[in-house]
Amino acid sequence: MPVTLNINGSVQSVNLPPDVPLLWALRDGLGMTGTKFGCGVAACGACTVMIDGEAVRSCQVALGDATGQITTIEGLGQPDNLAPIQAAWIKHQVAQCGYCQSGQIMQAAALLAANPAPSDQDIDDAMQGNLCRCGTYPRIRAAILEAADMMKAG
Amino acid sequence: MANWKKITRRSFMVLGAAVVGGAAFGVYKVTEVPPNPLIPTPGSVPLNPWVIINADGVTVIAPRAEMGQGISTTLAALVAEELDVDWAQVRVLHGPPAQAYFNAGFAERMSNEPDFKLASQPKSHNVVLEAVPKIFLLQITGGSTGAIGGYEQMRLAGASAREALKAAAAKRLGVTSDQLKTEGGRVIGARSFAYAELAEEAASLVPSDVQLRDPSIWRYIGKAMPRLDMAAKSTGTAQFGIDTWLPGMKFATVRMNPKRGGTMRSFDPKPALAVAGVERVIDLGTGIAVVANNTWSAMQGAALVAVDWGPADYPADTAAMLDTIAKAFADEPNSRLRDDGDVEVDLAKGDVIEAEYRIPFLAHAAMEPLNATAWLKPDGTLEVWCGNQAPIMTRDACAAAVGLGGDKVTLHTPMMGGGFGGRTDPVPAVLAARVAKEFVGTPVKLTYSREEDLAQDYYRPAAIARLTGRIEGGKATALWGRTAVPSAARNALGRLMGFAPPGPDRGSVEGGFDQPYGLPNYRYDGHLSDLTVPLGFWRSVGNSMNAFFLESFIDEMAHAAAADPLTFRLDLMRETHAPSAAVLQKVREMSGWDSLKRPGFGRGVAFCYSFGTPVAQVLEVEQTPDGIRMTRAWIACDPGLAMDPSIIEAQMTGAMVYGLSAAAQGAITFADQQVVESNFYDYEPLRLHQVPAFEVAILQNNGEFGHIGGVGEPGTPPAAPALANALFDLTGKRARDLPLRAAFDFVT
Repeated sequence: MPVTLNINGSVQSVNLPPDVPLLWALRDGLGMTGTKFGCGVAACGACTVMIDGEAVRSCQVALGDATGQITTIEGLGQPDNLAPIQAAWIKHQVAQCGYCQSGQIMQAAALLAANPAPSDQDIDDAMQGNLCRCGTYPRIRAAILEAADMMKAG
Repeated sequence: MANWKKITRRSFMVLGAAVVGGAAFGVYKVTEVPPNPLIPTPGSVPLNPWVIINADGVTVIAPRAEMGQGISTTLAALVAEELDVDWAQVRVLHGPPAQAYFNAGFAERMSNEPDFKLASQPKSHNVVLEAVPKIFLLQITGGSTGAIGGYEQMRLAGASAREALKAAAAKRLGVTSDQLKTEGGRVIGARSFAYAELAEEAASLVPSDVQLRDPSIWRYIGKAMPRLDMAAKSTGTAQFGIDTWLPGMKFATVRMNPKRGGTMRSFDPKPALAVAGVERVIDLGTGIAVVANNTWSAMQGAALVAVDWGPADYPADTAAMLDTIAKAFADEPNSRLRDDGDVEVDLAKGDVIEAEYRIPFLAHAAMEPLNATAWLKPDGTLEVWCGNQAPIMTRDACAAAVGLGGDKVTLHTPMMGGGFGGRTDPVPAVLAARVAKEFVGTPVKLTYSREEDLAQDYYRPAAIARLTGRIEGGKATALWGRTAVPSAARNALGRLMGFAPPGPDRGSVEGGFDQPYGLPNYRYDGHLSDLTVPLGFWRSVGNSMNAFFLESFIDEMAHAAAADPLTFRLDLMRETHAPSAAVLQKVREMSGWDSLKRPGFGRGVAFCYSFGTPVAQVLEVEQTPDGIRMTRAWIACDPGLAMDPSIIEAQMTGAMVYGLSAAAQGAITFADQQVVESNFYDYEPLRLHQVPAFEVAILQNNGEFGHIGGVGEPGTPPAAPALANALFDLTGKRARDLPLRAAFDFVT
């Protein structure tokens, strides 16, 4: 029995058991590979998506429980239509390998939606669940501050 | 008989062009000019193995794989510089497995001389000649060689393509090439032509006179170029190996014997087959694969399979392994690559300082778990997608695993979600190919769980070092370092190439023997242990070990001499290698080293010359109520030629974070012959709130003789000793074992 999801404003149907995590429904069921698998135990943040505006680890949300409005990196913005946070990421040349960056960006977008002017401490608190093995953290911080400025300027 | 010494390194031939300014073609005639592996398609004309002209721009074929280090952008910039195209017209792809994409940069890694000595003299061309046969088949990304090998190769590729395009336009206009110029992807004369209009004709032309641009008119080299992969990586559209998605594909995972090298005696697949979505459990001899309609179900199933594993041939736990390693001290040293003066005579004068250091095994733990996709087609061909650092080797290993010739295998090398040396072994691709053989006609993606990725890695070896030194009148007179370690190179090359190179093992002593310290008596020995734990190349390889030993001990000697540790280093280096002294001097200035230290803070300095680049780091730590925090870091490096300062800055900071993660927290331990750590909660890298603020300076004093240093790895080795030395400064406690969390409480 297919499960129906609301992803990036459109209704999608996935033919997988309801206990399969949302991460794998996105990646394997729908071919939406922007959301990444890193650990499977909510220890790295690579799979972060937003559900009803809140950042969640999609490896921990069963497909059957994913009833809200899901936003993935694909829904945030595309290369020809960037969200401010993505424009800031590009401006600061944040990514190295880039694998964790979908999760970093979704986490940062959720932070800025809730707190348009985050302090360094706010950034520490919000971003510490997202690992980056390349060590892009200083540029992540700079890009978040830049995006906050861009959004304030409108 | 040609006078080989007169043949310069800049004489690589592209499309038969004789290169002006670099004498004649010569070095690579030792074998043959490799064939162009690229095939023209409508609207896409390859002018040589590295340059394809498209209707709307140029596609650069990068011979090195992108794993985050930015190499694809820098290689493309080298081509674009000579080809006169706008940056917006440039795309970059990784090339197929092919001889044309050998890594000339490895010639720099074939010597047992200290790098700083090689950088201080004109190139020894004989080294290159001897190395050519060895390097010719190495389409390998590693050793911080990518930009070094590409520096001339890619510029020549661009220049040669440019001249071919000009020759085509000259023919049409009835003029000579020197009457034409190029700009923004066009040849300009009495009429102007887009490159695409000329490409087909140009492909058959062999330019006779190819001259490289003078550095004074470079537009791209030396500039911070916007990375070509940045928009894709900021929008989730970058395609990593793990993102390979094909209609009708199946999803698999593996569980291989965690007692590495052991057999599988028996297994019961029934619990896995009971998991919804699981289709099959496949016997791989030393492990199993579980195939399902989604990866998660495959992983759930694999975890449930009851397996009786046969034993490995190494000791049961970490303590017993370290005992085995320590035994190597009793043997004659395998590698004594530095033996200045006479340490034994000097040390016999008495009053020596001695210290022993121990470091653990480490895993690569790239963010993208190991994976590969394979598709064995009914026509007997195999297509494989796998992020990898060695395409020819990976392709051939896949072919052998399923009983095909290499010509029947197409290997794609997508972007890697981190590598750090951990994607050299072809195992994931081979296992995917073997599983695909069970599903002819259906693509299968095989993804390791994080637990499996950590359990099946090829580790940075554990090691023990014993150092002895002597101070007289406040000056260091002797240093004798001895490192006992199982050889990563022998272990890995034995596995990958079927032979272990004889002779000295540079990797066991690099970072120790090759430093520009002008001690009158300086010896460094490597004692090779026969421990058989599977080992690999971990970012900066032996330098990650020996820099910790040597730079901790130099700090101890400075302390014993009652000297400032930075001045103590500078005094030993100033006469020996000026560019190295300059990076130390630079971090001294940047960090305000000579001004009064802030109360409650500690500072540590460390240096390492590795992969052709001297790097000095100062790290500041603070005691806070929540634990010790790393507050600020200063890095100065000198790659000789800074091709892209933004990428270099990113590599220097990232490499230091990688080293600090390991130094503070990283350890792979064994119990019952199996790795204990299983995921990021017990093998935990530093997180955003734990890393210091960085300031990076890039100097260019080390390029006097055309020397270029690497940038991907040299930022890692000084990190661990800089942290240990800062902690000593802060607390007065000298920690000689890694990771440092065993002795200090860090902010978590």
